[in-house]
Amino acid sequence: MPVDVAAEIISNRALSADYNVLGLSAPAIAAAARPGQFVMVKIGTTRDPLLRRPFSVFEILRSSDGTPSGITLLSKRIGPSTSLVYDARPGQIAACLGPLGRPFTVVDPPAEAWMVAGGVGLAPFAALAETLRARGVKTTLFYGARRGDELFYLDFFRGLGVDLVLTTEDGSAGERGRIVAPLDARLAGRTADLPVMIYACGPEGMLAATAKTAAKYSRPCQVSVERIMGCGMGGCYSCVVPMRGDDGKFHHVRSCMAGPVLAADQIRWD
Amino acid sequence: MDLSVHIGSLTLKNPLIAASGCFGYGVEYADLVDLSSLGGVAVKGLFLNEREGHPAPRIVETPAGMVNAIGLQGIGVRRFVEEKLPELRARRATVIVNVCGTTVDEYAEVSRILSDAEGVDAIELNISCPNIKEGGIQFGCSLAGTHDVVSAVRKVTRLPLIPKLTPNVTDVASFARASEDAGADAVSLVNTFLAMVLDVETRRPKISNGMGGLSGPAIRPIAVRMVYECRQTVKIPIIGMGGITDARDALEFMIAGATAVQVGTAHFVDPLIWGKLLDGIRSYMERHNITRLADIVGTVNDHAHS
Repeated sequence: MPVDVAAEIISNRALSADYNVLGLSAPAIAAAARPGQFVMVKIGTTRDPLLRRPFSVFEILRSSDGTPSGITLLSKRIGPSTSLVYDARPGQIAACLGPLGRPFTVVDPPAEAWMVAGGVGLAPFAALAETLRARGVKTTLFYGARRGDELFYLDFFRGLGVDLVLTTEDGSAGERGRIVAPLDARLAGRTADLPVMIYACGPEGMLAATAKTAAKYSRPCQVSVERIMGCGMGGCYSCVVPMRGDDGKFHHVRSCMAGPVLAADQIRWD
Repeated sequence: MDLSVHIGSLTLKNPLIAASGCFGYGVEYADLVDLSSLGGVAVKGLFLNEREGHPAPRIVETPAGMVNAIGLQGIGVRRFVEEKLPELRARRATVIVNVCGTTVDEYAEVSRILSDAEGVDAIELNISCPNIKEGGIQFGCSLAGTHDVVSAVRKVTRLPLIPKLTPNVTDVASFARASEDAGADAVSLVNTFLAMVLDVETRRPKISNGMGGLSGPAIRPIAVRMVYECRQTVKIPIIGMGGITDARDALEFMIAGATAVQVGTAHFVDPLIWGKLLDGIRSYMERHNITRLADIVGTVNDHAHS
């Protein structure tokens, strides 16, 4: 059950001129959150911007005795709301509603987990990687960005024992090109009897390409979709995705309730 | 301290109603909000059959507001009665069902089904949705159409009947009067203002439907004016809405002439707004020695600044 808390901002680390990681003190949300879930956040009481914004839970913060104490959010500055997130100062209060939505279904060994992230689509994967590695799941992060200086948290993932496959559009780090190319190559080289679960989050085009690639090799794939949301609770019907229903036809489902994690092979990718 | 208000034969324990289209079918919020603590819950508009609505993106934020074109996605009246109404009853919500139609007959049929169901407390007639091609606003923008829908539904139900009016007309008060003449128990206003937001880089509309309805604090002064105009014109109760974000806003609508109010956009920002609104209203009543909240309805002092 979600809770709405006035969360104190406890840290704000700029990763670049656009990206930042915001730390929030929110013990109840941290204790309940599962990888892939999200929170609805608003900093301050402005009328412009007016609405909250959805953010994936990036990391679960813990106090020294291991008790969940807060969460972090990975944000990319693209508009007024994310500018407020980028410029936020410790001590400010953020309205934070969560955890919300359907989380990732986490696999166990011997299945491997391949996480596919594009840009700020890295957001749900720190928490997921921690959970997967705690279960002893062999985990790989396929991570693509425009440039090498927009690939973040690499040491964090290495520290968890996650294998990294990196691409950049300008070739400044990893392979040049899109992240789906090495995913396709690795899937082609993997025998069918070795199970793998694909997790993806990123731009819509990347998600569609990942879904297509997963289907090509008959591999299961969970995607975390991003839609413009009004409420995050199922009230406004803004965030719909066309999904195949039990009747075989496509219906609009609310990604805040049925998702944000959805089965890639049930989505109609327009 | 008495916060109760009357809409026709219906008594609301307080004047706060969750606005249709903003609160799903109510059950979505049942774990977060005590539905029985609200004056009423106006559930999402229902046609006879299921509707898929428009593709995303369906909303875009604007200064102090938002523009939406959901397209009245919905599960249809029968599934609502089977799947949602029992839980709303169990949660002791006062249920106001927003009824849609593409024809007069559909409005009447949906209303008849709801009248036969247990647990519906009132019907709000959606003759004002700006975002669908057929029905809705085409009735709400014509005095004859408004009269036809209201009188047809009046024949099939004894439930309190509340046409929801559009502000996208020259003289909203004349539509309140047409509703009253046709047998409505109350009117609710305003639905959203038809609006448009463009992306100047791509020159495309920001939402898939092109145009949509503007809601939020940006529209509040216009909505208050329209409630005030209707109060001068009709005797039936008015349910006011449009950009209410705090108790002061709710009281402003009541003073202008609204017996009850609906809150939509602001509850997206703060889903726990209801308790704060009630606290603010109680504190106002204490400060002004008001024992019966209904006494402030329609009490604008027109000479305050003379």
